[in-house]
Order: sequence, then C-alpha cells, then structure tokens
Amino acid sequence: MAELKLKSYRFRAEREDDWLRLERLLAKVEKRSVKALTDDELLAAPVLYRQALSSLSVARATSLDLSLVEYLESLSSRAYFFIYGVRSSLWTRIGRFFAFDWPAAARALGRETLVGAALLLLGLAVGFWMTSTDPDWFNAFVPSGLAGDRGPSASTEALRATLHGGGDKALSAFATFLFTHNAGIAILAFALGFAFCLPTALLLLYNGCTVGAFLALFVSRGLGVEAFAWLMIHGVTELGATVLAGAAGMRIGWTLAFPGDKTRVEAVAEAGRTAAVLMGGVLVMLFCAGLLEGIGRQLIESTPIRYAVAAGTAILWPAYLYLPRAGRGDARG
Amino acid sequence: MVTPEGVDLQVELADVGARAGALLLDGLIIAGSMIAATLVCVGLLFAAAAGGAVEKAFSFVGAAWLTVAFVLRNLYFTLFEMTPKGATPGKRIIGLRVAARNGGRLTADAIFARNAMRELELYLPLSFLLVEGRNLDAWSNLAGLIWCGVFVLFPLFNRDRLRVGDLAAGTWVVRAPRRKLAPDLSYDAGAGHARFAFTTAQLDAYGVKELQVLEGVLRRYERKTLTAVAGRIRDKIGWTAGPDESDGEFLGAYYAALRGRLESRLLLGRRRLDKHDKG
Repeated sequence: MAELKLKSYRFRAEREDDWLRLERLLAKVEKRSVKALTDDELLAAPVLYRQALSSLSVARATSLDLSLVEYLESLSSRAYFFIYGVRSSLWTRIGRFFAFDWPAAARALGRETLVGAALLLLGLAVGFWMTSTDPDWFNAFVPSGLAGDRGPSASTEALRATLHGGGDKALSAFATFLFTHNAGIAILAFALGFAFCLPTALLLLYNGCTVGAFLALFVSRGLGVEAFAWLMIHGVTELGATVLAGAAGMRIGWTLAFPGDKTRVEAVAEAGRTAAVLMGGVLVMLFCAGLLEGIGRQLIESTPIRYAVAAGTAILWPAYLYLPRAGRGDARG
Repeated sequence: MVTPEGVDLQVELADVGARAGALLLDGLIIAGSMIAATLVCVGLLFAAAAGGAVEKAFSFVGAAWLTVAFVLRNLYFTLFEMTPKGATPGKRIIGLRVAARNGGRLTADAIFARNAMRELELYLPLSFLLVEGRNLDAWSNLAGLIWCGVFVLFPLFNRDRLRVGDLAAGTWVVRAPRRKLAPDLSYDAGAGHARFAFTTAQLDAYGVKELQVLEGVLRRYERKTLTAVAGRIRDKIGWTAGPDESDGEFLGAYYAALRGRLESRLLLGRRRLDKHDKG
C-alpha cells in the first residue's frame, strides 16, 4: 500500500541532513571556541545558516508541524548568534584598541575633556583659596581616610616626613590597592554621567577641591614645591584619567538630554560606544598612575627627578592621544 | 528581530525574573570565587610564614588578591559575554544570552559599555545600602534610595526590559532555547493509514490550533489524555471504533490525515486557524 508522505514531510527529508550538520557545527563552537572548527566547516557555516533561514521561511508557510518550526527557529537563532556574534580574537582587538580606537575616542571627546579639565582646575583653585584663608576647610574637603595623620594640626616636620618617608613596605600591594580604588572612582564618574552630567561635574569639582586643599596645607607650611612634585609624579596621569572619565560620562549625559537628529535611544547607544572605548583607556591610565604612585613615588626621593617624571608624563599622554596619525582602524568586530 | 537576510526571527525577550535570577547566580559565583581566592591567599601566607618569608609573600599575595577582586568585579561579565555563547555562567544556567538590538553584530565595545553601567545600577546601590546609610541623615538616605531605586528598577519601566546598560550599548537579553529535532508524526502514523479512511467532512472538523494541540498530546503520549481526546474526537466526527483499534493508532492516523488536508489547503492560501474559523 502506498505510504502517506506529506509534502512537508518530503521537504523535511530533503533538508534534514543539512540541519543536522549545522547543529553539530554549532554544538562544537558552543562547547569550545571558534578555533575548534575545521576550515571546511568554517566555510560551510554561512551557507548552512542561510539554508536554515530559508527552510524556516518555507516551513512557516507550508508546514503545520509545530515542533519542526520551533526547532528551525531555535537552530536559526543559534546560527545567527554564531555568525553575527563577537568574533575577533582578544589580542588583535587589544592591539587595535591601543593603536587607533583609544586616541580616536579621545579626540572625539575633546570638547568634553576641556570642560572636565576646567571643572577640575576650578575645583582646585576654590579648594586652594578656601583652605589658605581658613585651614579648617581642609577637613571638609579631604576625607579622613585619605588624609591619614596629615592635617592642619600636624607639625611641619611631620608633613615633610610624609613627602619623603615611606620605605619598602608592601609596594606592589599598595600600588594595586590604589589602582583598584582609583579605577572605582573613575568608573563612578563615567557611570554618573548618565544622570545628565550633573553628578559627574560635581565629582570633578570635589576631586579638584580635595587636591587644592591638600596643596594649600603644604604651601602654608612652606613645603609647596616639594608637595607639588610628590603629588604630580602620578597626579598628571591620575587626574588626566579622572578628567577623561568625567568627559566620557558627560558625553553620555549630554546626548541623553540633547540627542540631535537621531532618536534618543540611537544617539545614546552611539555615544555609549565611544565613551566605553575611552573608559577602557582610562583604566589603563589609572593602572600606570597606580604604578607610579605606589612604586615610583616610594623609590624616587629627590624632588627634581619627581618633577622630571611629572613633566614627562604631561608631555607623553597628550602626544599619544591627540597628535594626528596616519591610517584608520578597520571595522570593529 | 529581523536578521540582515530579512527573516524575522521571533526571539523571545527574557523577562525580569529570569534576568534577576541570572544576576543572582552570577553574584553567587563571584562571591564563591572570591572566597576561594581568599582561602588560597591565606593558605599561601601560612605556607610563607612557615618558610619565614612573610613580608615579601604578603605584598605579592596581597597584590594577587586585589587583582583577582578587581578582575572579578569589573571584568567577569565582560569576558564571558565576549565568548561565542554570549552569556555568563549564571545566564547560561537559566538559558539566556545577550544580543544586539538592531539585529547586527554584537561588538566588544557594546559589551564593555553595558557592563560599565553596571557600576551605577548595582554596585552603587549595594554600597549605598551596606555602607553609607549609617553616616547620613534621613533625608539624604531617602534621596539616595530613590536615586538608586530609579536605576535598579529601570527594567521594569520599559517595554523591552532594558537595563540602563542595555540602553547605552544597544543590546538586549533574549532567551536562547535549544530544541531537539523530534521525528515527524505524520510519517510514523502513515504506515497504517489505509485502515483509517476519513471523509473530507470529518477532516473539516478542526483547524490548525487543534492540530497542534493534538500534536502535543501525541508527543507526550500519556494514557489518560489519549483516551479522553480520542473519545472527544470520535464523538465529534461520528466515528465508530473498530474492534482492535487502539486510541494511539486512531489519533496518529487522524493527525496525519488532518495535517495533510490542512496543508493542502494551505498551499491554496487558506489557513484555517481553529475550528470556528471558516478559512
């Protein structure tokens, strides 16, 4: 007797092998990584993906087998995520980041960086002036954890000792602690930018005030020159990183408030990507600042050398980020 | 979500409960790893103390611990979401993954951006609740709580259940189910179809919805449901059961015949949605 073979069944019988091939391929990729595939499989993947998509379209229109349609949906989704997923290897991505993406992002956010730097300098001036006129403002601006036993009540000798003292105590742990602490603050400055720029601006002002109050205290005891060296050996890098983080956050907040021609969501997404690239760079800068602060500052005792290092960083970072360069990065992957 | 090839993949958005569950699992994994790392570090310190080199060991071990803490806190999510699976272990357990909202490629930048925002949504409220709350007065606490609340509850307020990070990065979290290819029911049942000759009127009793319900019943194959459904269908189409006809066979044959009839009408462009629809 003739067996009943529905058209949809025959359609399935023809294509089932390809679907199972694609399924095996996807299982391999998901278990391990893209490198687990052979060259043939890699070449076949997009073709199989398109076949699965077309099977899905045909099945939706002609087959009433619910499990088949659902299976093809899930297979197509998985294949789609594989084909259109994140692809470039981590190392090439990192290389491209340092060579092109980060400087390009820094240049793109130049205006916000200037605003952020202005806010920081304003905060510094305010903190300096207020603490110079009335030393008790020091306690308002500098949190006690950061100040340690430095304060208006400390003697000049004690303050001088903090500039040059410090031994070999747990250098690398100290540096790592500073790095994670400062990275947290920078990320906070970035994340707060989402809230329409104001918290970021306040954070930058507050940071500036802290630095200004610090300097005022030392200047009032006649230790200004040395204190500035002590601070700036890593301060150029660290304050630069904070300003960049604030700029990235402000870009997002500004775009949220004034999206321009695009829809708000699109504009924020695009600003978010540029800002995120810059934030990656900020973390690198903070890592370097942590190294300079933790290790460099404890080891280098003479003030002129500290100034030299500070000047070196002040020249190198802007040169790296802002000098125009030839060539562009490829499409990101 | 429409792929670049123009096919509309009906991807299901993860609901807020599933995402919260995945986050909880990830949090547990991170906490567990931190505890394990701490234990390892303490063990190393004890070993160093026994060997007499505590000072140097402390600085090295301290640096290692802080690095692990930093990596876990900030990079755990990013590194896992960059893999082909696009999901952290917590998400994988629940069956979710991250995808780009516009249907294109998911870039590394988008992943970094969405995870950087997590500072604002998760860590800030957590640290606020755990640490700062005691030092401030009541109004500041309240203001802080409202501020945190807005960001933490953001997914509940928008249609696509986007976090603030998803909004900034252009991604969303979707279900990623894996289904197996089940055998075709019409083929298995087709062998005995000559025994069951249904008239056109009998096959016109039902539509696509009932067909798919019947498919579900046949795939699960539970005795009592089969008997109940077979009885109902026999009554409706007026079919007298033969002497050695089992419920399973009858339902299989009816399924095959009904599907054949509905699919041939489908090819003519008439889809009968359910038994009340005239197609």
